[in-house]
Amino acid sequence: MRSALLELLQLALPVGLAPLLSGLVRKLKARLNGRIGPGLLQPYRDLSRLLRKEVVLAPNASWLFRTSPYLIFAAIWLAAAIVPTFATGLLLSRTADLIALVALLGTARFALALAGMDVGTGFGGIGASREMMIASLAEPAMLMVTFTVALVVRSTSLQHIAEYLLTHDVGIRISLLLGVLSLLIVAIAENARIPVDNPATHLELTMVHEAMVLEYSGRHLALIEGAAMVKLLLYVSLVAAIFFPWGLATDIDDARALAVGLGSYVLKLALAGVALAFLETSIAKMRVFRLAELLGGALLLGLLAAIFLYVSQEL
Amino acid sequence: MPIFANPAYDTAHLLDTFVLVLSFALLYQRRLFAMITLYAWQAFFLAAAAAWQAYAQDAPHLYITAAIALVFKAIVIPLALHRIIIYLDIHRSIETALGIGPTMAVGVGLVALSILLVLPVTAASGALTRESLAAALSVVLLGLLMMITRRNAVSQVVGFMSLENGLILAAVGVKGMPLVVELSVAFSVMVAFIIFGVFFFHIRERFDTLDVHDMEQFRGEGR
Repeated sequence: MRSALLELLQLALPVGLAPLLSGLVRKLKARLNGRIGPGLLQPYRDLSRLLRKEVVLAPNASWLFRTSPYLIFAAIWLAAAIVPTFATGLLLSRTADLIALVALLGTARFALALAGMDVGTGFGGIGASREMMIASLAEPAMLMVTFTVALVVRSTSLQHIAEYLLTHDVGIRISLLLGVLSLLIVAIAENARIPVDNPATHLELTMVHEAMVLEYSGRHLALIEGAAMVKLLLYVSLVAAIFFPWGLATDIDDARALAVGLGSYVLKLALAGVALAFLETSIAKMRVFRLAELLGGALLLGLLAAIFLYVSQEL
Repeated sequence: MPIFANPAYDTAHLLDTFVLVLSFALLYQRRLFAMITLYAWQAFFLAAAAAWQAYAQDAPHLYITAAIALVFKAIVIPLALHRIIIYLDIHRSIETALGIGPTMAVGVGLVALSILLVLPVTAASGALTRESLAAALSVVLLGLLMMITRRNAVSQVVGFMSLENGLILAAVGVKGMPLVVELSVAFSVMVAFIIFGVFFFHIRERFDTLDVHDMEQFRGEGR
């Protein structure tokens, strides 16, 4: 009973907090740019407005275009439920590991790219092709980090990883540091944040994510925007769970540990939001054709992490 | 916190990693000023690594190494390079002989090479020595790679200086490196820097550019 309730909380938490995290990043970015900016709760208002609005479909939109938003949101939500947020040992996190997480995210991306090309506008196609280019570069890096962490912990299950790093002395391995750098670059690319893509633009030739969803409206758009917010929160939780697992509750019967877990999780989210806002205001967007270098760098960092693991394990 | 059970080892590790990652950042960077800033940061972390080793190994002479690294490499040389670039009005984007992607890939290959080289040699010593030696050798090789792949004389000099950072990193990681050796390395680098500075002016006077490719053409070696 208790574990079921906690699982429900774990499911509700990403969806409930994701718009707040996005709102925090937008607000901070606005303040750093010298604007007042919308309130923290603005993303919730946007989403509820979009949910109430009518859907406008292009005449040649197929079933794919109409079903994709639900598929994308479901896949991302499920992926977010796998990542330990405030406690380990919950029901759902036992069922899937890091590789399944990468696969779920890949499924969502596949559906989004297909939907982007479905209506046949030029923007949708260019967005989809760029998204696929970014994905084909970011996914190997993500898997490389996964393998590195799996080699340290000897498991790909996320809750095992978090528990192991929380309780064992692994030291600040060169590998883990390189891994976190690589994963951060991947996270920025996957979430279409600033050096890769600008989340705040519409109708610009360089946009990637916005180009794919240009034809969406109403509740479909709400689902896609919501999925993007949940994905941002997912990546923050992932980095927090693997590399900064402090405060995570390992015993779900201990109410105090759970409270500490929740509190530290919210704190980590807030810190990540502040860091992201500072990063996005301090650097400029990159040219699309230089992304290969950035993400190639992430892949190489992941590779280096694996290589250095070999050195330190041959003791 | 169980994660910080062995602070001497972990901190040394962390600083070594920063120096190595900054080597890769140097390979990745295309802008001259940003490259010099990165070089200054690398020297800063080198100084921190030396100071930490001085504290951990209880070897006070390493504090001198740290001070030299901090004052000369992290402050004086970057400022001097800055002034040279402004004074000579050098074109500030860097042309590479090899693309950035392939260069980084070669860099990872060099790191793997240095690890393969260090592992059998240091089989008897502890993991800390081995890892910092591997990291230091990688920094040296990456510095060499940077000198090879850049066409601009200033970035070649930065590559040389970063190579020398790797040498110092290796020296401070190993117990019992005499101060004389470090001092002589530091001074030879200073001399080299001054000579490079003189050369910059001469090359520039004669060829109107610091792109070494033009010199190759002048000598009839280029394409």
